Amino acid sequence: MADDEWTIESEGWPSVAELAKRVRRGQLKSVDLVEKSLRTIADKQEYHAVLATLETRAHARATEIDQRIAAGETVGRLAGVPFIAKDNFLVFGSETTAASNILKGFEAPYQATAIEKLEAEGAICVAKANLDAFAHGTSTENSDFGATKNPHDMERIPGGSSGGSAAAVVLQLAPFALGSDTGGSIRQPASMSGCVGFKPTYGSVSRSGVVAMASSLDAIGPLATSVEDAALVFDVMAGRDPLDSTTIERAAEDFTRLEGSLIGKRIGVIQEYMGEGLQPNVKEVLDKALDKLKAAGAIIEPVSLPSLPMALAVYYILCPAEVSSNLSRYDGQRYGFSYGDASDLQESFAKTRDIGFGKEAKRRIMIGTYVLSSGYYDAYYKRAQTVRTKIINEYNAAFKHVDFLFGPTAPSTAFKLGEKVGDPMQLYLEDIMTVAVNMAGVPAISVPAGMSEGLPVGLQLMAPQRHDAALLIAAKQVEGILA
Amino acid sequence: MAQLSRDDVLKLAHLGRIELEEDEVDKFAAEFDAILKYVEQLQTVDIDGLEPTSQVTGLMNVTRADEVIDYGYQAKDLLRNVPQVENDQIKVKRMIV
Repeated sequence: MADDEWTIESEGWPSVAELAKRVRRGQLKSVDLVEKSLRTIADKQEYHAVLATLETRAHARATEIDQRIAAGETVGRLAGVPFIAKDNFLVFGSETTAASNILKGFEAPYQATAIEKLEAEGAICVAKANLDAFAHGTSTENSDFGATKNPHDMERIPGGSSGGSAAAVVLQLAPFALGSDTGGSIRQPASMSGCVGFKPTYGSVSRSGVVAMASSLDAIGPLATSVEDAALVFDVMAGRDPLDSTTIERAAEDFTRLEGSLIGKRIGVIQEYMGEGLQPNVKEVLDKALDKLKAAGAIIEPVSLPSLPMALAVYYILCPAEVSSNLSRYDGQRYGFSYGDASDLQESFAKTRDIGFGKEAKRRIMIGTYVLSSGYYDAYYKRAQTVRTKIINEYNAAFKHVDFLFGPTAPSTAFKLGEKVGDPMQLYLEDIMTVAVNMAGVPAISVPAGMSEGLPVGLQLMAPQRHDAALLIAAKQVEGILA
Repeated sequence: MAQLSRDDVLKLAHLGRIELEEDEVDKFAAEFDAILKYVEQLQTVDIDGLEPTSQVTGLMNVTRADEVIDYGYQAKDLLRNVPQVENDQIKVKRMIV
């Protein structure tokens, strides 16, 4: 439906910019948007995309925004627009659990910088989305509060770890959602559920107030129905934050200026991702997409990054190492679940963490502890960091010849719930096409490429570090060509 | 590389301050073997002349002025999630026995 035909009675949402424009002009009430979002969440509960709603706070904020507009005040670029945050963002108005029992009942004493920036422009967080506990997972089945279901097939996984956010966008529970991406957690669920998922350059968006997973890899980004919406949300969130010393100065350009063309742009197709391990029906969709991009004037060429097959092994050393450090704060003494009957402090730590953490968190803490231990540090951790350098060098070399890199987002379409539970290696392999991007800190976006047997297939575009604007422009072109 | 024994798993669990159920120990040992076997492929990569990377955007020594910034937080709000509070302080079990 065209934006101008949309009314509050229509199914779903128009663009975020259109919604905010109408709210600012007084043609739409923010309270009605919040109401619509909460009603849709209630109607589609069986998908379990959402862990909690922030009804009271969302209503209060919407009422205030409507009053300010009636009084002629300026309300920002996201005036009155509801959104859903992955439950690892600290947000006022509900618990923040990271879908782990160890944080059950935790009420954020401060908000994530990303949330503060969105609120400052008038956006309203209406709900918290489900995720794999502590964002450890690729299917959202690792949530301590139950799996999310794929919007296209309730017997299948939505992807993960931001599976709740991706399902929320596709089910149109809100116009956009936030996710975090450490090894593919925004892009992979976007691909499997069928929406746009953008992981910007490392450090573009503050991680302050987002439950840390692996800090040298973690990135924050939007999931949305279009590249345009994702770009607008990113534009609001991007920038240096004194509360996160890894944030970088934002580029001068306005990320919402998406005019451009693919004609003459060089797109390198990563050969290591297009062969063995890629489900044939996914390859078929991607090959068709490449043909269309070529017909539209892009220069498509094969590119090889020979060390990419090693990226997942690097990831499953670096990630648990950083996880084991980041999860040490959950000790039952300062916040979160606490085992009450311990006879001494050591027992309190051990029992709190045994009961509070799920299997995957324990697995990663122990693997991380192992690879960081003095006898194995050089063989595992230091070697992994050095192979990381090699991967970065290969990205840099590739980007000397091409403007963008292209690949699948995930090796398959969404698999069945329960199909891979109990086999951690099988689930880890789901990230094989996404993790290298986090190693190199480069921006990448998953855009719907088509459907196969009723399930969405995403394609992944990558650009050099700090070329987020160019990437968004190209992604918008790709989206238009494939539509 | 090394295969992990039950004792190794119990030691890692202790270092990570996790008490494991008896039936978890063997299961974790088997899973760790599979994971460690998978990551072993890194031993074959030629990394001659390369340095390890821990920070990807080139930031170094990010500092700020040593000033107290008032974010407006109240102690009582920050203590709201604490399991045991006494005299506005976090109460824990005795550390030195």
